[in-house]
Amino acid sequence: MTEKRKRIVINLGLVLSVYVILFVLIKLKVINRYYEGIMIACLINVILATSLNLATGFLGQLALGHAGFMAVGAYTAAIVTKTVGMTGSVQLLFSLLLGGIAAGLMGVVIGIPALRLRGDYLGIITLGFGEIIRVLLFNLNITGGARGLKGIPKLAGFNLVFWVCVLVVFVLYAITNSKQGRAIMSIREDEIAAEAVGIPTVKYKLLGFVMAAFFAGIGGGLFAHYMTVLDPKTFNFMKSVEILVIVVLGGMGSLTGSVVAAIALTILPEALRSFSEYRLLLYSALLIVMMIFKPGGFFGQREFSIQALMKRLKKPVVEGGEE
Amino acid sequence: MQFIQQLINGIHVGSIYALIALGYTMVYGIVKLINFAHGDIMMLGAYVGFFAIGLWGLPFPLALLVSMVFCAFLGVVIERIAYKPLRNAPRISALITAIGMSLLLENIALVLFGPDPRKMPPVISKEAINLGGVQISYLTIVTLVLAVGFMILLELFIKKTRTGKAMRAVSQDKAASTLMGIDVNRIISVTFAIGSALGALGGVLYAVAYPQIEPYMGMMPGLKAFVAAVLGGIGSIPGAMIGGFIMGIVESLTKGYISSQWSDAVVFGILILVLLVKPSGLLGKNTREKV
Repeated sequence: MTEKRKRIVINLGLVLSVYVILFVLIKLKVINRYYEGIMIACLINVILATSLNLATGFLGQLALGHAGFMAVGAYTAAIVTKTVGMTGSVQLLFSLLLGGIAAGLMGVVIGIPALRLRGDYLGIITLGFGEIIRVLLFNLNITGGARGLKGIPKLAGFNLVFWVCVLVVFVLYAITNSKQGRAIMSIREDEIAAEAVGIPTVKYKLLGFVMAAFFAGIGGGLFAHYMTVLDPKTFNFMKSVEILVIVVLGGMGSLTGSVVAAIALTILPEALRSFSEYRLLLYSALLIVMMIFKPGGFFGQREFSIQALMKRLKKPVVEGGEE
Repeated sequence: MQFIQQLINGIHVGSIYALIALGYTMVYGIVKLINFAHGDIMMLGAYVGFFAIGLWGLPFPLALLVSMVFCAFLGVVIERIAYKPLRNAPRISALITAIGMSLLLENIALVLFGPDPRKMPPVISKEAINLGGVQISYLTIVTLVLAVGFMILLELFIKKTRTGKAMRAVSQDKAASTLMGIDVNRIISVTFAIGSALGALGGVLYAVAYPQIEPYMGMMPGLKAFVAAVLGGIGSIPGAMIGGFIMGIVESLTKGYISSQWSDAVVFGILILVLLVKPSGLLGKNTREKV
């Protein structure tokens, strides 16, 4: 128990110090608005990637429609903010919650029929649902159609996005380390065997899928309140692919992998901006090379922890020791 | 009358979807990979066709041939470089690689040809024959003849030739085919070559029908052709053809009678319905899962 508590304290301390450093840098204007924007994009991508990782990495269900859930959350949250008037942060949290719930409900609607299928077929059907959501956004009045939804109050600043992101990652971490999380992972390893030892696979598959949708909705809500404008074109198939790529590169089944990959893959295209045309070329080539030489992603299924690193550093690895 | 007119338009687009869907279904049948780059091979095929006609002034049939040969070669190269090393890797790694390849081809096209759309010269006259109030353009006839012709050729190839038989064997059981002395790598290369060549044909015909060529043009028809392949039962060649025609007809009827904006939703809605009722597609075989 003390071990666990120690770990929580260390991680909380780490998160706090990262927050303080970033906060001070923003106040000192070392981080200008442009960098702040990239940082917020990173954090939103962290939420999207870690949530997809729950469905794809931990549950083992290939989902190609994550942008659809993000869109449901984004539009719901934006519409709620535009119709219900509350004050600042309270408003944002309320909208985010409703956005998440709407996306979660959509997850139930899609999940119940779709989770009967497996593997590639599940991927295809989620792709289909994602496209249908996009077409709906293009054609409904309430979403502003092809012109998009404008005039959303800019409620999401660095502070809120940062803490919502920390909370989401923490909750996902808690889920994956709980009894339910182990049930979910057992489905990934072997669904039939899991069923045989008495795990209600349908229930846990749905749980994992809906959770992933819920958090994607929250990510979408943050996106809406940061961008202030929503364009249905944003939530296309390529966006789903982008999130999936982050998950796979980080390592399926590793939340820290998703966090690191989300940050790296958001910054990389920005950093390569001066090469304009060639950056996407490099990016896609990198993806292929990575898959060929390190298909498990950077982190595999491992989680990075400061303690483990300390232990390693303290005790120099004996030659021919571990690994 | 209007219904028949829409139907003919649908058959026109549907035959193009069917051609592209064949590439998806053949590759899936053999290596169990959704080749996301297939739509982009189609796009490159359209570009090659465009240059062959517009710049080098080749006649249309020769331009088609050049484009098909180029894409066949390209398909084999892509398979060798990107997919072959991953043949025993988890399915999702191969899928991501295919997505990466799709992005790579799009960006190569973007760097080489620029983002501005090019206009395909009108190689086939859009003049129409009037058959009792129904207009059938020469373009539709040529497209249909080419598409159906190549499908029959493919069917003959697979049913009659040694290589075709080997392809069917490999798609059933790779290990057993190796034991029977089939060179699996060669068969996979042949599959990619044929699939990509048919994709190129579809690309050029698509570019002639909607005379715009740009780096991202392969994405939507690629997705739709893929849906067509799933609809018909992925891995099944007649399934891909039927799926392609159904997709084209449904799309055209939706555009004609409901709204052009909703056609994509209807198309994907049908996909979902079919998958829910019969997950293996219209002509697919049900597979039992073994422990």
